[in-house]
Amino acid sequence: MKVLVAIKRVVDYNVKIRVKADQTGVDLANVKMSMNPFDEIGVEEAIRLKEKGVVTEIVAVSVGPKETQETIRTALAMGADRGILVNTGSQDVEPLTVAKILSAIAKAEGPQLVILGKQAIDDDCNQTGQMLAQLLGWPQGTFASKVVVEGDKAEVTREVDGGLQTVRLTLPAIVTTDLRLNEPRYASLPNIMKAKKKSIDEKTPADFGVDAAPRLKVLKVSEPAKRKGGTKVKSVQELVEKLKNEAGVI
Amino acid sequence: MAVLLIAEHDNKSLKDSTSKAMTAAIALGGPVDILVAGHSVRSVADSAAKIAGASKVLLADDPQYAHQLAENMAALILELSGKYDAILTPASPSGKNYMPRVAAALDVAQISEIVSVDAADTFTRPVYAGNAMQQVQVPSGTKRVITVRPTAFKAAELNGTAAIETIGAAKGPGTSEFVREELSKSERPELAGARVVVSGGRGMQSGENFHLLEKVADRLKAAVGASRAAVDAGFVPNDYQVGQTGKIVAPELYIAVGISGAIQHLAGMKDSKVIVAINKDEEAPIFQVADYGLVADLFKAVPELDEELKKQGY
Ligand SMILES: Cc1cc2nc3c(=O)[nH]c(=O)nc-3n(C[C@H](O)[C@H](O)[C@H](O)COP(=O)(O)OP(=O)(O)OC[C@H]3O[C@@H](n4cnc5c(N)ncnc54)[C@H](O)[C@@H]3O)c2cc1C
Repeated sequence: MKVLVAIKRVVDYNVKIRVKADQTGVDLANVKMSMNPFDEIGVEEAIRLKEKGVVTEIVAVSVGPKETQETIRTALAMGADRGILVNTGSQDVEPLTVAKILSAIAKAEGPQLVILGKQAIDDDCNQTGQMLAQLLGWPQGTFASKVVVEGDKAEVTREVDGGLQTVRLTLPAIVTTDLRLNEPRYASLPNIMKAKKKSIDEKTPADFGVDAAPRLKVLKVSEPAKRKGGTKVKSVQELVEKLKNEAGVI
Repeated sequence: MAVLLIAEHDNKSLKDSTSKAMTAAIALGGPVDILVAGHSVRSVADSAAKIAGASKVLLADDPQYAHQLAENMAALILELSGKYDAILTPASPSGKNYMPRVAAALDVAQISEIVSVDAADTFTRPVYAGNAMQQVQVPSGTKRVITVRPTAFKAAELNGTAAIETIGAAKGPGTSEFVREELSKSERPELAGARVVVSGGRGMQSGENFHLLEKVADRLKAAVGASRAAVDAGFVPNDYQVGQTGKIVAPELYIAVGISGAIQHLAGMKDSKVIVAINKDEEAPIFQVADYGLVADLFKAVPELDEELKKQGY
């Protein structure tokens, strides 16, 4: 069976971002960009399913600017078979737009499973997988920490409030990854070289009849309130005294 | 503006997050109905009816809602959606699971994890692990589909007397089924709503060592939390994780022990009223947000803290 993995190019998780002075957004000039960590976990999961013989082909799909090619190359170097880039230029795209594009691609490609990250660490929306599931009319296993495919079912163990929940989904289905699903591999040098020869199809939202214009109007992006920390205490006794008499929280 | 608020519960009790999300719902300015969907949830509906500001409680009591499967929840909410201009739910793992399906079916953008209602069509939400705040406006005439970060809102009072109306189940697609759940049992308060939280990180070195924290937690009637590193290492279960991609907490007192203070961790706790950090590395970033920092070896400081609290009668 075929698997689609959706990946997003985001600001690297180690970068401390800066809000632009004019409050129009976040300063992305010369900032290190990487594959969204949850999507790396998604790519890894697809590769493991292929290694187990469950999956025959992995298609890595991304919606984003031209540079997203690099992110797709990373997925190909990890082990995905081919890529599709839906180029949205400098336009910011919302999860609903991405879900509509992925839905059109899923209809054309006919995968049994689409794996996405549970959330992108830039917009922190946590929406795309669920939206895609609804648009396709498929079941979903979100926040997955274990995925077992057997016949026409997938058993997905999910990280929920209070612990773990396991659901059984009739394929085709959507899975979104959580941190504990696996530890993604690094691409080896030979695989990075090989990935250069794998194909990446380039498309635009219009090819799928999707209007990529955002629905929400961003009025401003501002700095969060700053905490005034940094005070040290010398001993546990002083700490307890301060919590009691100064802060009054115990 | 007619508002539908979907209650968070575990079939036994209503979560505080619901009355907190109610405050956001009321700020939208309409009559607010609360939907309680679950199995054997009459008592949950009774609690929901007490939330001040509720016009009525819609009760969908059916086995298919017992585990809040997203496919079934979305089908039910969509059936009700026609009458409402806004649909809200707390940004819990459950709400995050079904709500985007509702938004997609209604062909609207969802607004995730709002921390303020600035106007009936304008909301603020954190992005980049809370390192930036984004203010967004919904185009006029479209439904608002929103998840609410409960820690950002005060709970509505519980002196209401809304009527409860029983409604039928919607037809779910039948493509998913519940298999089992493994829930961690704890006598301690729930992390999300606790007044005091004591969290441990990689510095704890093992799951056994978390007992040191549990002793302190019990003295302060606190919940126990953890960093991702502590969860990944298997010291504690996944639902202990505080952070950008775990639980968001904002207790009166947050005590971080052996946690370095990565931005992803700070995202989950930096709105706490008072933060204490115990770390042996005086350069650890956690100290920059801590009101009281103690540079010390935790294996010495935590037992000492336990003793000192005991001495003071906690
Ligand atoms: C996509 C993504 C999502 C993430 N989401 C989250 C999240 O939701 N929550 C989260 O917490 N992290 C998250 N992380 C991980 C985060 O980046 C950090 O790796 C993690 O928070 C580190 O945990 P830690 O502070 O326990 O470990 P470390 O950074 O290793 O810190 C351990 C600390 O313990 C101190 N220490 C060690 N021994 C002692 C001792 N004996 N006495 C006193 N102090 C001691 C050390 O000085 C050090 O400061 C995420 C990362 C990614 C990529």
